Amino acid sequence: MSTTVQRRRPRAALSTWLRGGGLSTLVFLLPMLVIFGVFSWYPIVQAGIMSFQKTNLVTAPEFVGWDNFARVLGDPNFLIAVQNTGYFALLALLFGYPLPLVAAVLMSEVRRGKGLFSALAYLPVVVPPVVAVLLWKFFYDGRPAGVFNTIIGWVGIPPQPWIQNAMQAMPSLVLEATWAAAGGTVIIYLAALTSVPPELYDAAEVDGASVWQKVWFVTLPQLRGVLLITLILQVIGTSQVFLEPFLFTGGGPANSTVTVLLLIYRYAFQNSLGGNYGAATALSVMLALFLALLSLVYFQLTKRWSS
Amino acid sequence: MKSRTTALAAGFTALGVLAALGACSAPAADDGITTISVVSLIPGSDDAAFDAFNEQVAQFEDANPDIKIEPQEYEWTGPTFAAQLAGGTLPDVYTIPFTDTKTLIENGQLADITAEVEKLDYADRFNPNVLAQAQGSDGQIHGLPTAAYGNGLQYNRAIFEAAGLDPDSPPTTWEEVRDAAKTISDTTGLTGYATMAASNTGGWQLAVATYARGGRLEVPDGDSVRVTADNDGTKDALEFLKALRWEDNSMGADFLLDWGTINQAFGAGQIGMYTSGSDIFTNLVQSQAMDPADYGLASLPLEGSDAGVLAGGTVASVNIKATEAEKAAAVRWIDFYYMQKLIDQDAAVLDAKTLAESDQPVGVPALPIFDEATLEESRQWISEYINVPQEQVSFFLDNIFDQPTIAEPVAHTQDLYAALDIVIQAVLTDPDADVDALLEQVNVDIQALIDADQ
Repeated sequence: MSTTVQRRRPRAALSTWLRGGGLSTLVFLLPMLVIFGVFSWYPIVQAGIMSFQKTNLVTAPEFVGWDNFARVLGDPNFLIAVQNTGYFALLALLFGYPLPLVAAVLMSEVRRGKGLFSALAYLPVVVPPVVAVLLWKFFYDGRPAGVFNTIIGWVGIPPQPWIQNAMQAMPSLVLEATWAAAGGTVIIYLAALTSVPPELYDAAEVDGASVWQKVWFVTLPQLRGVLLITLILQVIGTSQVFLEPFLFTGGGPANSTVTVLLLIYRYAFQNSLGGNYGAATALSVMLALFLALLSLVYFQLTKRWSS
Repeated sequence: MKSRTTALAAGFTALGVLAALGACSAPAADDGITTISVVSLIPGSDDAAFDAFNEQVAQFEDANPDIKIEPQEYEWTGPTFAAQLAGGTLPDVYTIPFTDTKTLIENGQLADITAEVEKLDYADRFNPNVLAQAQGSDGQIHGLPTAAYGNGLQYNRAIFEAAGLDPDSPPTTWEEVRDAAKTISDTTGLTGYATMAASNTGGWQLAVATYARGGRLEVPDGDSVRVTADNDGTKDALEFLKALRWEDNSMGADFLLDWGTINQAFGAGQIGMYTSGSDIFTNLVQSQAMDPADYGLASLPLEGSDAGVLAGGTVASVNIKATEAEKAAAVRWIDFYYMQKLIDQDAAVLDAKTLAESDQPVGVPALPIFDEATLEESRQWISEYINVPQEQVSFFLDNIFDQPTIAEPVAHTQDLYAALDIVIQAVLTDPDADVDALLEQVNVDIQALIDADQ
């Protein structure tokens, strides 16, 4: 049995690299490296450093070790923010995760006009997020003449305070967030559904499966990979929700919609005399580490299940 | 080989061009002209307001050919100011409220302009309490107070009429305010009385309401300060809001308003009454398109001994990064644009005329920077240009000089206001809110910040 062993190392590797087009590769890569370096990697490193400093970016920074992390963990608002973020993520999971799947399955059954439905589903995604939120803020007007209150009045429900009430504020935010983001996921699922072999459906039909059973036993297992990916992406995305709490309620009423990212924003920018960037970056670092850990555990657990 | 060499040549050329472009933005040659950037108006002000401002910039540049002005739209809000300060993007001349000046001076953020100010011929005429707002602990001057204002009860005359109330007899006690609010909401369905509750402005107005009932949010305690958010004045103010909200239902349906959005709603004719600074007429007309005929300003009902009107003001400061030439130019601009109209007849008339020509408000109620006599005199000079309906604001002006003015709380003011925002929001959105517990929590939280400074 002979094994081929590479005994001869190429001499003068540099000239080989140059002749192989290494320099032109580097030149074309350079803009991307510079832009990523300046706008992504450098700020990440800076944030890591700042999380160990007491700094307001105006006076000179000083190193304070773990103080920032201790301060953040000891802040009562931290616990509130974590709870609120968890609540938002949970609601989004319960309501916003199955919805695009249901919509995609229904739309894939439509014989004609699939393109139209896809476009309609995607339209909310195209609307700029800030515009969407301001629009919904108008819809959520708590007066009886408000748009949603008028609509629910048609079926006899009394006017609701929507975002003006601590209990209803978070669900209202989740409703808008789902409306804005569902379209993208619907398109992904529609594409994934086309890859399901139709013979499986035929086989199920022959076995006497109902529509619901076909979805449960054929569609979902075939979509497993995509579903697992969109699940973790949704969890990561909703953990970082900022826009809806910031624009709808500013964290109110009475801190009931303060999320982790909004708390970071408050640490950094709420004080007009110079923000506490140390605390802000400490919380950012903690969130990033948590999400990284979560993703790691998630992928370990689901390695068996994804194809 | 050929295509690769071409590609490499193209790449290096591109990089070279980029480098050359970068060098192109080098500062202009020094030709004796000092350029300074100054704040102009709040973004969203109407075109006529910007025309008037640009006209004044032209007047200044004509009189000072060695100075060039670059205006920059600007609105002081807590978050954006902090970001601009950190990013170093503030213009050379900018305005800040009294609450922030002391700390910024201590942090070395405001340029020392004592020398330039002392050259001004009115340097010794300032009301010492007002000038103190712009001075450091060593007496050095770091800014010029340009405006002082009190707080008053803003009301919409048209809504009063529609509700059957007399716009020329605005409420003079808090009971009357409550009754008027109920009448407005019952007859017209509009919000009778509203209050700010977000972006630190809620806490600010709660401070106004506290002072109007004789309470104090912070009291001196030896060398330090003790937070007394649970004083009777604040509790009464919150009980008042609670009654209007939950018993009378006269506060409408939006409880997350801040300074900008409440002005918007008021300008749109949705709110009957609210308290705010006595100088907001400018914003209502310039940015909210309110009809001046609908505007009414009454004095705050003061009840209880120690009751007073919370007074605030604005200081024009110079960026710490300004060079000596820029500092001198900056003080000349501040003198021209903000100060001259207060003490020189020709300047006052010119300023009033320019504003009036563009239909900008002239004669907005204000508190004196120097003394009451000077303010009166400056009003006389511009009397023919005053277009703010003086009868409609007379209910405020007739009383303000008899009402004691009280400065805002001194320690961690913005943090205190932010904490009080939460209390107001809780009271207005939760009928079972525990006011005592919430105020006690504010005491604890803000006291911790104050103690950490020691």
